Formats: sequence, structure tokens, C-alpha cells
Amino acid sequence: MKQAVKFLCAGWHHRLRLLASILLLAINAGNTLEAQTPDPADWASVVAEARDQPLFFYAWGGDQLTNDYLAWVGQRIAAEYGIRMTHVRLSDTADAVSRILAEKQAGNSDNGAVDMLWLNGENFASLKTNDLLFGPWAEQLPNFARVNADANPDVRFDFTLPVEGYESPWLRAHLVFYYDSAYISEPPANVAALLNWAQEHPGEFTYPRPPDFLGATFLKQALLELVADSVPLYLPVQEASFATITAPLWHYLDALHPLLLRQGRSFPANGPELRRLMADGEIALAMSFNPTEAVNSVLRNELPDSVRTHLPDGGTLANVSFVAIPYNASHKAAAMVTANFLMSVEAQLRAQDPQYLGGTPVIDLSVLSAAEQAQFADSRQSHPSAPPLMSEGQQLQEPHPSWMEALERAWIARYGSR
Amino acid sequence: MLRAAPWLMIALLTLPVLAGLSAILLPAFGYLPALQHNGFGLMVWRELLETPGIGRSAGLSLSAALLTPLLSLMLVMLFLASTSGTRWASAMRRLVAPLLAVPHAAAAFGLAFLIAPSGFLLRLISPELSGWQRPPDLLILNDPLGLTMMLGLVLKEIPFLLLMALAALPQLNADQRVNMARSLGYRPILAWLWTVAPALYPLLRLPLFAVIAFASATVDVALILGPTLPPTLSVRIIGWFSDPDLNQRLLASAAALLQLMITLSAIGVWIAAEKIVARLYRALLLSGHRRHGHALLNVLGKSLMVITLGTLLISLLLLVIHAFAGPWRFPDNLPAAWTLQHWQSVGPLLLAPLGNTLLLGLVSTAVAVLLVVAVLEHESRQGRKPAQILWAIYIPLLVPQVAFLYGLTLLLEQLRWQPGLLMVGFAHSLFVVPYVYLSLAEPYRRLDPRWQQLAATLGASPNRTWWHIKLPLLLAPLATAFAVGVAVSIGQYLATLLTGAGRVSTLTTEAVALASGGTRGTIAVWALLQAAVPMLGFAMAIMLPRLWWRKRRDMTGQLT
Repeated sequence: MKQAVKFLCAGWHHRLRLLASILLLAINAGNTLEAQTPDPADWASVVAEARDQPLFFYAWGGDQLTNDYLAWVGQRIAAEYGIRMTHVRLSDTADAVSRILAEKQAGNSDNGAVDMLWLNGENFASLKTNDLLFGPWAEQLPNFARVNADANPDVRFDFTLPVEGYESPWLRAHLVFYYDSAYISEPPANVAALLNWAQEHPGEFTYPRPPDFLGATFLKQALLELVADSVPLYLPVQEASFATITAPLWHYLDALHPLLLRQGRSFPANGPELRRLMADGEIALAMSFNPTEAVNSVLRNELPDSVRTHLPDGGTLANVSFVAIPYNASHKAAAMVTANFLMSVEAQLRAQDPQYLGGTPVIDLSVLSAAEQAQFADSRQSHPSAPPLMSEGQQLQEPHPSWMEALERAWIARYGSR
Repeated sequence: MLRAAPWLMIALLTLPVLAGLSAILLPAFGYLPALQHNGFGLMVWRELLETPGIGRSAGLSLSAALLTPLLSLMLVMLFLASTSGTRWASAMRRLVAPLLAVPHAAAAFGLAFLIAPSGFLLRLISPELSGWQRPPDLLILNDPLGLTMMLGLVLKEIPFLLLMALAALPQLNADQRVNMARSLGYRPILAWLWTVAPALYPLLRLPLFAVIAFASATVDVALILGPTLPPTLSVRIIGWFSDPDLNQRLLASAAALLQLMITLSAIGVWIAAEKIVARLYRALLLSGHRRHGHALLNVLGKSLMVITLGTLLISLLLLVIHAFAGPWRFPDNLPAAWTLQHWQSVGPLLLAPLGNTLLLGLVSTAVAVLLVVAVLEHESRQGRKPAQILWAIYIPLLVPQVAFLYGLTLLLEQLRWQPGLLMVGFAHSLFVVPYVYLSLAEPYRRLDPRWQQLAATLGASPNRTWWHIKLPLLLAPLATAFAVGVAVSIGQYLATLLTGAGRVSTLTTEAVALASGGTRGTIAVWALLQAAVPMLGFAMAIMLPRLWWRKRRDMTGQLT
């Protein structure tokens, strides 16, 4: 304050010098002052600290059902823990990553805007390798035991990267295809069979253009199905072998593209646009990384009720949705309490209920009481458009995140400008 | 007080942009210490130039920057010429303001649904005329040449230019000019084109530069209607800035500088072309054509404007239909059922964004109008205009938003200024001030100085003259400028998102966030809400002078 007064009264060159020293102070303060970090092992004190804290939860806001679900979460944690949550609706999670990066560049290490964010493996890899995440904290949360991580080791990895307690799981998702049974009787059995199918049904399928998340997922699924040996896909990309390993994929896509909607001269931007094409009858086969997207859309009259959901028979890409806390989050205690609440039976039941979110729970139902298990069984999706149940063996694990990046770039270089 | 105004405005408009730009200048040359890039060099530029399709992307941005203003200007001039002094004029004029208020993204969504292969036009003729039970596989949206994108831009820029022209016309005594030419035997349209258009053009020049800058760097319209393989440069910049691989920010920074160069060269080309066209125009004017082509110009001017404004209007109408539509399958002409479900889902989320939108729009515009009036009044009392003002005005409009806003966010962080409404209002004023200035400057300057002189000879002080003579005379342009300011504030997406750290939600941030994943119904609801607020502003801008001057016809800013 004194400095500010001096600043206003001082002469010109004094002002410049003062400005510089204020800037330096700000930067140094950022480097030396460490935030008070709540310790999740002492849960009672975390809950006490979280009371009356605001919480800025940065999460993709493009889906009405998810927005409604998070609004409910906000109400519940306000009632239970006195946390005032604001869902900051992002159109792209990378906007939050930009924010955190800008804060790091500015030396703001204890007063960040983002308290918690919902992120995918690619963003997690980026944030973690740049030391922008707080942790480890997630495995000490009381509800983490319900996930039964020892029996479900996939919750300890995000796109093959070890999570190491830097993010907390809250939902599961996997790739599904959905088709309009009014137009086509049989969907292709898997991505490899899609080529023959498209020859019989030209213009009935397309996929979002990479680097869209769903488009990139399609490339990974195709690659996993087309390569003889998938082991290298779970290791970082080697420049030397990339071309050889991915050759079958490009060969496949070269043949597939002329058979797509608009002969592959234009691709939809993202999953929702793909769904709009389906709703308009432009295509008869589409895909989603939310297994219940099709049935949810049918229930809301956005897709015709002749739509059916289908799993690729050779296994399908599956992953876990996580929330993370940035290294400079202002309200870490509130973030932990909320992450813990997301894994509660109450929150997971609501997430599974087709009336609300229709998602796949991340907690392991086998560790629950019989009564709780029955509740989950009761609320399971039973609509004809609902996806078939997924069994353990059908899951394909996500390749190393460097593959996503490399595939996106190679796709853009090959098809991105013609 | 007045003396400080120009400097205050120059500082407000240039410092944040220059500071923001300098924050991307270093990364563009390879320096970004937060990510351990410590060397300087041209590496990033080499990588940018080697990016596949970068020439094509840059070319798209450049051609959109030149064709959009050219087409819009020709249509507006033709229309004004062919309708000057007719009933058409007032009919169309009523349409202009509400159409201008429609946000770009909303108009683009409406247009997409009109002309897509599964769109309204083809639904109307299917299956009866076309025989199509399923939408035909035609590449209409996202065409590689960007024609649909340019159509979308032209549709949205015409109301803007028309409004600017209508605000400026009352200063020109167009009726007298036309009457003079007609007394020399010129048919009305040619009389207008030869005598009014050359006087009107200089008043449209600044708005045209704004159109060029917008068309070259548009993100939302390009995302919805533009080419995708490759997209325009601006879309690619956004993609690189938001790439999870943070190293791509170096590339994004260099590309943002390239975007700046493209925008500037488009304006350069335009200025060079102006000289050539002016010479041709003079030759044509002096050739003495009095009636040749009159009928053709008459038909063209009216029909093209009916088509363009009609297209925009139908697009808007389609948004209204979608906001209440239940299931609506191809080839049905109308939805199978009507529903309030989209509005109900939006209802509970509406209050905070609506409040923020109104607060930001009104406060930032009020500040902007005060500042701009102070600057213009100072200029008028000094009798000369400082040349720096013009540059200052254009800096926020010409520099691609994504580039300097990212740097600006960084700067605000460095100063430890908390993100929130205040910061967002500050960022909005960066864009509101120039547009308020653009719409107010020429009417203010063209105000006949003899009114002031007359008041002075009667002993009135400059302040008294301002309150009693200038303010009443300028009521119509002031109201228009206020409405423009509010509309600009409401349209801001990136500025709101970045400086508010995403915590300040407005109708626009909600609409764009949902557009990435919403259904047509919810998008339509948000887009309509987003359009309603500025529309109300424009309605008031038109009504206010009319109510005030209901007994003085020449003061209401009517089309001549």
C-alpha cells in the first residue's frame, strides 16, 4: 500500500524503477511463499479447512447432462460441507491449462484461479511433465478405497502415464459405435471391418477430424486393431519406427476416406457435430466416447429411437475420467473434499442413473454392501438403445500419450490440407 | 479534463495491446523461459512455414479479408442508391438494427441450417420435388474455397455498413445533391451514385477497415462455416494456443504475428485499390452517363438486398424454430412436435450470465462513450485532430485478439490483479471504445460548425453550446454509438474468457461453451438470448431520437 502511494507521488524515473521493483517483488513472492497445503491423511482437518471455502471447478461445459450433474454436486457439497462450488464451463480444457501456464509464467504459485479441473490424459501428461499439478493426494482420500485400485489397476494409469496420486478418478468411459437401425441392419463388427462395410454403405459414416479427442480416439482404436503387435504402442513413440508401425493405418484410411460422408473432403469438428449429422439423417453410423450418449439422446428426442449402440467385437478403448488440482490452487481442501464426494456411493449412483447422467461408475461394485449393489443394479440402463454391458476382457488400454500427439500430427500432415 | 482525454484514450487502447503483443513477440522467436526455451532464433518461423497447408490458410484469410468488404460495400451502395427517398428505404431500415444485433456465431448457425444438405431449403423441396428421402451428400458447408464462410461474413457485415451509412447520411444533404444532379438530367440512381456515394465513401472507410480486420481474423464464423482442410489461419492459431502440448505456443505466437501481417497487408491492398478505383470512378462520372443502366441498377440494388437481408432473417427465424423444436427429421418441413424443454434446461442457469452481460455491456459502453465524446469535443475545440488517435483506435481491432489477449492475461497476472468483472470490463472497453469511436467520429466531425459559431456569437460558453446545441443535434448518432458499444461488449468471447479466468460467465461464453457440445435446441436458445439484449439496445437507439424529436422530422436520423 505504501509502495502504491509512493508510486503515485514519485517522479518519472522513480516510477519506472518502483514499477520494476514491484514486478520483481511479485515474482519473488511467488517463488518463496509456499501455499499452506492441506494433508489428506488428516481428513478431519481437511474437511474443517474446506468449510466456507469457494471452489472454482474448471470442467468442459459442452454437455447439458454433465452440467446438470455438476450443478447437483455443487448443491450437495454446499449442504454437506459448506463449500460454494462454481462450475466454470469450458469449451476446451486447454483453456484452463493456458490459465495455469500463464500463472506459472507470472510466478503466481499460491493464488491460482483454477482450484480443480476435469482433464483428459493428454492434458494430464502435459500438466504433470511441466510440474503444474499438486500432489500426491488422491489415494489418501477416504473414498479412494471404493475404487479398489489393486483389483482395477487401470485407475492408476492415465494414457499409460502413472497417476501417482496426482489426480482422482470419478467416472469411466469407453468408445462405442451407434447406428440407425432404420437405415442399416448390421453395423460393422469392428473398425477393421468398417472398410468393407463402407463399400456397401458409402457416405454413411464419418469421424471428427483430429486433433479432436474423439477423432484421435478413432485413429488409436483403428491402429490397435490393425497392428500385429500392440506392445510398442504402450511405450513412447520412436521416430524411427513410427512410419513402419502406422503404415497399415494410413493404408486403411486412404481406402476408407473416399467412402465417407463428403468423400472425406470435409470432416465434422467434434462428437456433438457428429451426433447432429446423425440426427439429420446425413449418416447412419457414428461413435462416442460416452457409452450412453446415444440412449441419452434418444430419451431427449434428439436422436430417433431406432438408434442402437454397439461395441467393437475385438475390444474397445476404455479409460477413466479424472479430476486434478493445480499446484497453485487457492482452495485445495475444498477440491479434495469434492473429489472425495465424487467417489461416494451417492454421487456414483446418481452418475449411473439414466435419469441424470447415465454414466459408468468408477467405484468397484464388488466392495460395496449387498444393499448398495442392489441399488446400482436397479438403476442400470435398460433401454433398447442402451449399450451392451462391457466385460473386463473387452477393454483396450489407452496407448502412451505421445502416440495421440504423433497420430494427430501425422493425420493433419497427410489429410489436413489438400 | 478534456485535454487529458486523447492521451487517456491512446494509453488505454495501445498499452495493453502492445504489452500483450510483446509477450508473444519473444516466444515467436523461440524465447519462453517457463517452458525451458531460452534461445533466440528463427527456428519457430521455419517450423511455421513448413507447416502443411500454411500458405493455403494464409491465402484464405487474405481473400476473405478483401472479398467480404468489397461485396458488402457494393451491395450497400447499390441498395442505398436504388432506394434513396423511397418507401423501401424505411422498410429495410427497420430490419437493419435487429439484424446487426445478431451475434456472428448465431447467424452462422442459422445460415448453416438453412443451406446445409439436410437444411431447411432442401427440406422444403424434399421429397416432393427432389425425390430425396435422405439428405444428398453435397459439400456445401466448410467448402475448401471458403465461399460459404464469406457468404456468412457478408450477410453479417451488410447490416453493420448499412447502419454506419445511415448514421452518416443525414450530414451529407443527400436530397439536395440528388436534386441538383437530377436537374442536370441524371436519373435518380445515377444521381445518387455520382453525387452522394463519393461523399459517403470517406465516412465508411473506417468501418470498412474494421470489416477487413474482422474478416481476416474471424474465429467463430470460420469454425462453423469455414474450410477445414486446412482451416483459416485464425482457427489454426486458436488450435495451437490451446494445444495440450504447451510447446505449440511458440508456433502459435509466430502464427499470430503472421496473422497481424496478413491483416495489415489486406488493408494495404485495399488502400492501393482505392486509388485506382477512385480514378476509374472519376472517369466514369465525368463521362456524363445520365440514364444508361438505370433499370438494371434498380433491380439489382433492391433484389440483392432483399435476398441478403432475407437470408439473414430466415436464418434468424430458423433459430427461433429450433429453440422450440422437438424431433425434426429430414425431410420434414417443420418439427414433428413443439417443446419448451430447451428453455427449461437453460432457465436455472440464466440469471448470473444475464446479469454479468448487462453490467459489462452498460458500464463499459458508458465509460467508452464518455471518453470518446471527451476526445471528439477536445478535438473540435482545438480545431485539429491528433493523428495518433487514428492509430490508437485501430490497434485493438487489427491485432488478432487471441495473440495479445494471452499476453495481456499474463501481464495482469504479473501485476497480481485478481481476475473478475473489473478486469473483464477493462478488456471489453478495449474493443468497445474503438467501435464507439468509429460510429461517432464522423457524425461528430461533420456537424455543421456554424451552429457552434452562431452559439458563440450569442455569447454561449463552449460547455453551454455542447449541452444545448451539440448534444441535441447528436442524439441519434450518440444513441446508435451506445447500442453499437453494448453489442460489441456482448459479442466478446475470448476477452471475457481469458481476463475473467473463465469465472465471469456471460451469455456469449455460455453460448460458445454449449456450441462445442450442445444440441441445436439449446444453442438456439442461447443464441436468441444473446441477440435479444443488443437488439433491445438498437431498438432503443432508434426509438429515442424519434420520441425526443417527434415533431421535427429532419432530426430523427431518417434515411434520405
